[in-house]
Amino acid sequence: MNLEGLYQQIILDHNKKKAGYGLTPGGEVSHQYNPTCGDEIQLKVVLSDDGATITGVEWEGTGCSISQASASLMAQEVRGMPLAEFESFVGGFRDAMRSRGEITLDEEEFGDIAALSGVSKFVARVKCAMLAWVAAEDSIARARNSLN
Amino acid sequence: MFSAEESARIRAEFPELDVQINGAPLVYLDTAATALRPRRAVDIESAFALTKTAAVYRGAHTLAAEATEAYDDARAAIAAFVGASPNNLVFTSNATESINLVSLAIQRASAARDASRFALTAGDEIVVTELEHHANLIPWQEVAHATGAVIRVAPVTDGGVLTVDAVRSVMTDRTRVVALSAVSNVLGIVIPFREIGLIARDAGALVVLDACQAAPHMKLDVANSGADFVAFSAHKMYGPTGIGALWGTTNALEEMPVVLSGGSMITRVDFDSADYLPAPAKFEPGTPRLTQAIGWAESVRFLDAIGVDRATAHESALGSIIYGRLAEIDGVTILGTNTGVERIGLVSFAIDGVHPHDVGQFLDSRGVAVRVGHHCAQPLHKRLGVESSTRISFGVYSTESEIDIAVAAVAGVRSFFGEGQ
Repeated sequence: MNLEGLYQQIILDHNKKKAGYGLTPGGEVSHQYNPTCGDEIQLKVVLSDDGATITGVEWEGTGCSISQASASLMAQEVRGMPLAEFESFVGGFRDAMRSRGEITLDEEEFGDIAALSGVSKFVARVKCAMLAWVAAEDSIARARNSLN
Repeated sequence: MFSAEESARIRAEFPELDVQINGAPLVYLDTAATALRPRRAVDIESAFALTKTAAVYRGAHTLAAEATEAYDDARAAIAAFVGASPNNLVFTSNATESINLVSLAIQRASAARDASRFALTAGDEIVVTELEHHANLIPWQEVAHATGAVIRVAPVTDGGVLTVDAVRSVMTDRTRVVALSAVSNVLGIVIPFREIGLIARDAGALVVLDACQAAPHMKLDVANSGADFVAFSAHKMYGPTGIGALWGTTNALEEMPVVLSGGSMITRVDFDSADYLPAPAKFEPGTPRLTQAIGWAESVRFLDAIGVDRATAHESALGSIIYGRLAEIDGVTILGTNTGVERIGLVSFAIDGVHPHDVGQFLDSRGVAVRVGHHCAQPLHKRLGVESSTRISFGVYSTESEIDIAVAAVAGVRSFFGEGQ
């Protein structure tokens, strides 16, 4: 796969103009590291008062264009998503990322996130794309634990 | 630098250089991570495995005797290459394990409160430098946690230079260990390790030298290195993975308690005690790394045939050229100074607005293989104000035309990622 297949314009754009960037106080912030490069992200999933809907994703961090664009694209696309759907949404994203190019993200379901499909052919970069998503799962798990 | 003819002759020894990466010829600039392997060293290792495999140091049959002889010869060749006596050279899995043999021995001696230099007590001090690889930092943190000893850090300048005075400034009468590198794996700057080692040893400290980048890229005379222990790895010396060495002075190896024990390292054995062989056998329990030692020995013979001093001159000249050419590219910041220091052929740099992973991916698309990330030296990167960097490192097979390809690729990075427009 050529470089342009990995670095689609949507990714380069989101790396420059990051949706959801900036953390407000409070909430369950997950802090994740990528040990190979020292990149890190702090991210929280903001839920509606009844806890049923994602009202936003806020994050800060440093990393490569893939990790930054992945966080930004998620923040853009999951706003308003019922929490119950998010789990299978993350599962679908993870399966595609780990598929070594076998699975392409469906644009109908994933919107602009589908631009990350090319990452799955670059095994070393899958962790970069997953960093924000692992943080989102962790943030939600923390929110659930604090409710229980 | 090597003549074109000599470069061609050397490159012909490395089949991996013929590999195509993404449709371009491989430009391998990651020798500091792992060096490519010359065919002759792999051939010898392979031929030995296929026709000479047998148990070392046991058995009376012909093949066992030949294997033992070959193993001893390999140790002697590697020892001679670094200026050591074979009896002072302990084979390990890699340099990280070499350092851990010492740090774990210190923990054992400390727990046993023995009277040796290896026994530390709470409040004793371990000096490390700000530019250490994690392999020469984390083991000392473990010692500190286990013994109550304190880590003291010798600082580098903004230019990445570690001076003798910087180490002296953090030494006290409680300094018991000084752990340092011979060459920074991020900056390529040669550290005045001999002078520092002699000062530290005079003060009664154990000196542990990480010589991973020095062993293949400069003449390393371990017996005159100022250190009590020197660690290095085969795979950075055009040898196989899975084997490295710990050199120690005779006194230090005698005094050092064992961490791993079992067969091959004993004389008399009863149910409640045993007597141990002297080094190196004392520290090499179990079946040794036979074929790896054979392969490693051939890789140092290969380096010896070129002449390590000539290899150093060639690589440093390339390093100096690329330092200058990278410095001219807009948005490129090189880590570490180029003036007033001795350097091996290694340069790390940051590119404004573009993360090193993206730099590495872009270079890879043009066949250029570099290291990206923190190079196992997070504290040094933080000190120099960056999270991570891109590293170019040269080996005996590197050429000036590869610099042209690498520099052209680096120059194209920012526009590809929409920076500086």
